[in-house]
Amino acid sequence: MLKNRIIPCLDVKNGRVVKGINFVDLKDAGDPVEQAKIYSDGGADEICFLDITASNENRDTIYDVVERTSKKCFVPLTVGGGVRSIDDINKLLNCGADKVSINTAAVENPKVVLESSKKFGSQCIVVAIDAKKNGDKWEIFTHGGRNNSGLDALEYAKKMEDNGAGELLVTSMDRDGTQIGYDVSLMSKIASKVNIPLIASGGVGNLDHLVDGIKLGNASAVLAASIFHYGKHSVQEAKEYLDSKGIPVRI
Amino acid sequence: MKVTIVDYNSGNISSVINSFKEVAKDKVNIEVTADLNKIKSSDKVVLPGQGSFKSCVDALNKIKGLTEALNEFAINDKKPLLGICVGLQMFANIGYEETETKGLGWISGKVSKIDNQNGKYKLPHIGWNQINLVKQSKIFENIENNSHMYFVHSYEFLPEDKNVISATTDYSSDIVCAVEKENIFGTQFHPEKSDKLGLKIIDNFINI
Repeated sequence: MLKNRIIPCLDVKNGRVVKGINFVDLKDAGDPVEQAKIYSDGGADEICFLDITASNENRDTIYDVVERTSKKCFVPLTVGGGVRSIDDINKLLNCGADKVSINTAAVENPKVVLESSKKFGSQCIVVAIDAKKNGDKWEIFTHGGRNNSGLDALEYAKKMEDNGAGELLVTSMDRDGTQIGYDVSLMSKIASKVNIPLIASGGVGNLDHLVDGIKLGNASAVLAASIFHYGKHSVQEAKEYLDSKGIPVRI
Repeated sequence: MKVTIVDYNSGNISSVINSFKEVAKDKVNIEVTADLNKIKSSDKVVLPGQGSFKSCVDALNKIKGLTEALNEFAINDKKPLLGICVGLQMFANIGYEETETKGLGWISGKVSKIDNQNGKYKLPHIGWNQINLVKQSKIFENIENNSHMYFVHSYEFLPEDKNVISATTDYSSDIVCAVEKENIFGTQFHPEKSDKLGLKIIDNFINI
């Protein structure tokens, strides 16, 4: 039986690990390669790097981090942040990323998703959706949450599936950094709209939130940063907890 | 010993290279090439494959003489070859991804889309699933039944002769996830991304 995945995410800036609270107020917390290795040894089903300064200078530091990580970790590695073009995707894959997540570029130019999934295969194209609630719908935000595209999140998710995305990484901008739990209503609505797997992100503060993401949000995978990163819980603890709640995980 | 990973522009093979180098250390020489003579003179060959069945077959055919060199290696010389993901799928006679495409024809059968039972199962089949070992296979030495492996695919290999199947996995139905026919081995899952157990499978293949 297919297991639900637990994916620790590391925010990386200038080659170092940080975790933002609502995307500001960053705290330095270590070397990404060492962190990733700790996670994969601890049973992480995948590792995710989000390069949060990708749009600015020092862009090339992420390639070095990816290259070094892929020689030490033998679980899937997803890299996102500042991925603008087919060329960026190609470089990350060549450095050893297994999947690349595309956010702003997918909104501004949906053809990037279409072309990259054709060129590299859907299996390595993850579309990252940052959504914020507005009335009774959710809208897509870009540029690390700064710009409102006005696009409807559900329609956009479907369109990305049609364009060849292999997975959707859905982050609730309202919840990100708050530690009050995923926006499970957003997750379940998108999950029922598409036939590709959904990774829930944004807002995890405790292990019950991971359970909710899967049981209520219908996510195939749950992504979290701070609860793992600051040693509050290990990935193994998270898995045992999910297992105790009847959720199939790889133990 | 020389193990060659066939580099035929089939998508991202850096993880395959990294994992084989990790297992091989300094004991085994890992080559990454599409050079026909190097392939023919190898002791073992790894045929990776990402993307669609058609794109991989097209990429193979683009390199003049490559299919013939692989045939010589695997069929005439009967030396060990491991196909991974679409690398395994290409063993079939025919694949139906994008359009009907002829495969290598090493193991009779076809490659069709997984039946998602009207949306009940998400596709691609992505993540960790357990493998059910149905026959003894050299690459599964010291691998326990129901071990977890990492999958990512939407199409499945349906071989005519069920005796070639060495493992299956449960996703919508019993999906063929490993085959062994004499010197030809294949895994639908990605041993290079399946953590320690995956590396063990790679080690087993290198040690055949």
